Amino acid sequence: MSILLDRDTKVIVQGITGRMATFHTRDMMNYGTNVVGGVVPGKGGETVEGVPVFNTVKEAIAATGAEASLVFVPPPFAADSIMEAADAGIRYCVCITDGIPAQDMIRVKRYMYRYPKDKRMVLTGPNCAGTISPGKALLGIMPGHIYLPGNVGIVGRSGTLGYEAAAQLKELGLGVSTSVGIGGDPINGSSFKDILERFEQDDETHVIALIGEIGGPQEAEAAEYIRDHITKPVIAYVAGMTAPKGRTMGHAGAIISAFGESASEKVEILSAAGVTVAENPAVIGETIANVMRKTA
Amino acid sequence: MDIHEYQAKDILSGFGVEVPPGAIAYSPEQATYRARELGGEKWVVKAQVHAGGRGKAGGVQLCSTDTEIQAACEEMFGRKLVTHQTGPEGKGIYRVYVEAGVPIDREIYLGFVLDRTSQRVMIVASGEGGMEIEDISAEKPDSIVRSTVEPAVGLQEFQAREIAFALGIDPALTAQMVRTLQGCYRAFTELDATMVEINPLVITGDSRILALDAKMTFDDNALFRHPQISEFRDKSQEDPRESRAADRGLSYVGLDGNIGCIVNGAGLAMATMDTIKLAGGEPANFLDIGGGATPERVAKAFRLVMSDDNVQAVLVNIFAGINRCDWVAEGVVQALKEVQVDVPVIVRLAGTNVAEGQKILAKSGLPIIRATTLMEAAERSVGAWKNDLSQATRVRAVK
Repeated sequence: MSILLDRDTKVIVQGITGRMATFHTRDMMNYGTNVVGGVVPGKGGETVEGVPVFNTVKEAIAATGAEASLVFVPPPFAADSIMEAADAGIRYCVCITDGIPAQDMIRVKRYMYRYPKDKRMVLTGPNCAGTISPGKALLGIMPGHIYLPGNVGIVGRSGTLGYEAAAQLKELGLGVSTSVGIGGDPINGSSFKDILERFEQDDETHVIALIGEIGGPQEAEAAEYIRDHITKPVIAYVAGMTAPKGRTMGHAGAIISAFGESASEKVEILSAAGVTVAENPAVIGETIANVMRKTA
Repeated sequence: MDIHEYQAKDILSGFGVEVPPGAIAYSPEQATYRARELGGEKWVVKAQVHAGGRGKAGGVQLCSTDTEIQAACEEMFGRKLVTHQTGPEGKGIYRVYVEAGVPIDREIYLGFVLDRTSQRVMIVASGEGGMEIEDISAEKPDSIVRSTVEPAVGLQEFQAREIAFALGIDPALTAQMVRTLQGCYRAFTELDATMVEINPLVITGDSRILALDAKMTFDDNALFRHPQISEFRDKSQEDPRESRAADRGLSYVGLDGNIGCIVNGAGLAMATMDTIKLAGGEPANFLDIGGGATPERVAKAFRLVMSDDNVQAVLVNIFAGINRCDWVAEGVVQALKEVQVDVPVIVRLAGTNVAEGQKILAKSGLPIIRATTLMEAAERSVGAWKNDLSQATRVRAVK
């Protein structure tokens, strides 16, 4: 199976009754995702898109056997929803919400540490587009049709830039094993390294594309991990060459505040670790294709 | 969101951090009056701007008479203070803080930041206060003490003591230092700060620990639960274009170039800027209009981008995922009919229903330059800008 989710993975949507959440629930179902229910406190007993709504995640799991959750809850309540999912026994959670206070995410991360690693929920996001294993399942808001099934594993911070890469690959007839958005926030559930580790173990993934941007230490951490532990070819692109220092570029985490956080420094660090870097966003697909040809 | 020094000091003193006596003034006369109220023989007049490096730029002056205070104020009020953090345009001085001068024995650097590696709050301290932290880490890296705080229990006394001893603070002052550190930590977490910086924290001749300067930055995403902090927002310290964008719910950063950008998604917006540069141009701005590229948002974006007089071409790059390109194209056409744009407009659409989208743009009769790939869009934008430069003077009428 692919990393994180599969055709059979039972999914619930937290905040399912919201307008956007309902829209994307339908979209996920149309794609083939096994959505089995939703959770909205106080709306238990209702039905949305043909699936039952529960008051709590625990009730949802008891009734449906849900394993994965999509958090589509407004920022003030999102951290609480993630912790509820972790406590109830959800195995994989994607949080789409943009705008969660950083202190709330610090609390979430601390809370998740109370579980031993093998029982700890995997969280990707917040502020991400979700995860898709093309042809199998979609847990998020990405447009499914721009992805072909294939062997490129994509991990990135940005939604639309990830779409750009997937569309470039499709244009070249190349497909994706799984694409994971880790989100644009400064404190996130999974890092590049966490996802790289999974792609390395995944038989369906032959090459890995890492799409980073300015701000934070996670690209540099990934470079070190790639150098020491990844045997598969890795291609990277880092956005924000023209971004000024000390300014937040849309994503709360996209700010150069320390050494090694600018795009050029990240490119240098990734190149030194043996990663093939696409020089501009227009050639991400082409660069991946070239590497695949060479290693084939 | 940034606040002024005097506001940060007011907040921190509420958490047990000691600060020198001081008062805010909005005119030179008020400043001299404040000094008299404070008493003493020496005062420091400090320009209140949202930037560091004020001292070197002349924004902090030591005065010992009314005349000196008056003169210092007249030099400051209404002027733009240019420091290494403000950029060449500087930041306007509309208020000054008058503070009682204190005898300084030692200067310490103290910072609280969100450490993205440990995903916790980190305390950074150094005995080399008064210098910028960047300079300390470059010149005296060994002087830096770091400590991360376990979020479940907060900053413990032993951690604060460890920092005090590592900085070589007189053991008799340990309790005061612990109180200062814990006060800062509580202010940081309770008010959702992303940065608290006291530089310098001083030890006075009479053995007191005082915050001589204070800077706090708050998490924009948490302002909803701190209305009292939101009230400190000072638009005079913001780029007017960015203020306007923020008020309209758009994410905008003004830059120095002349090719305006309208993009959906932060990553793609940065990537678009990079491609423009690669094609030989300079981006005028970062602008993320968000996931749903509705006609209203596109029109708002055009108005905003066109309010920058440096803009000589506009590149629209939309990846229509859930939305369809034909719908986005209609939005662009509608926006261009609504907002008069007198510079070349380059539109690149990608994603769902591209062909239909292109058709709509072509049929609109508007002089839209179309592009298929990101590189092509950037090259055509730079080309159109260069071409447009050589043409007649433009008259701008933005509705």
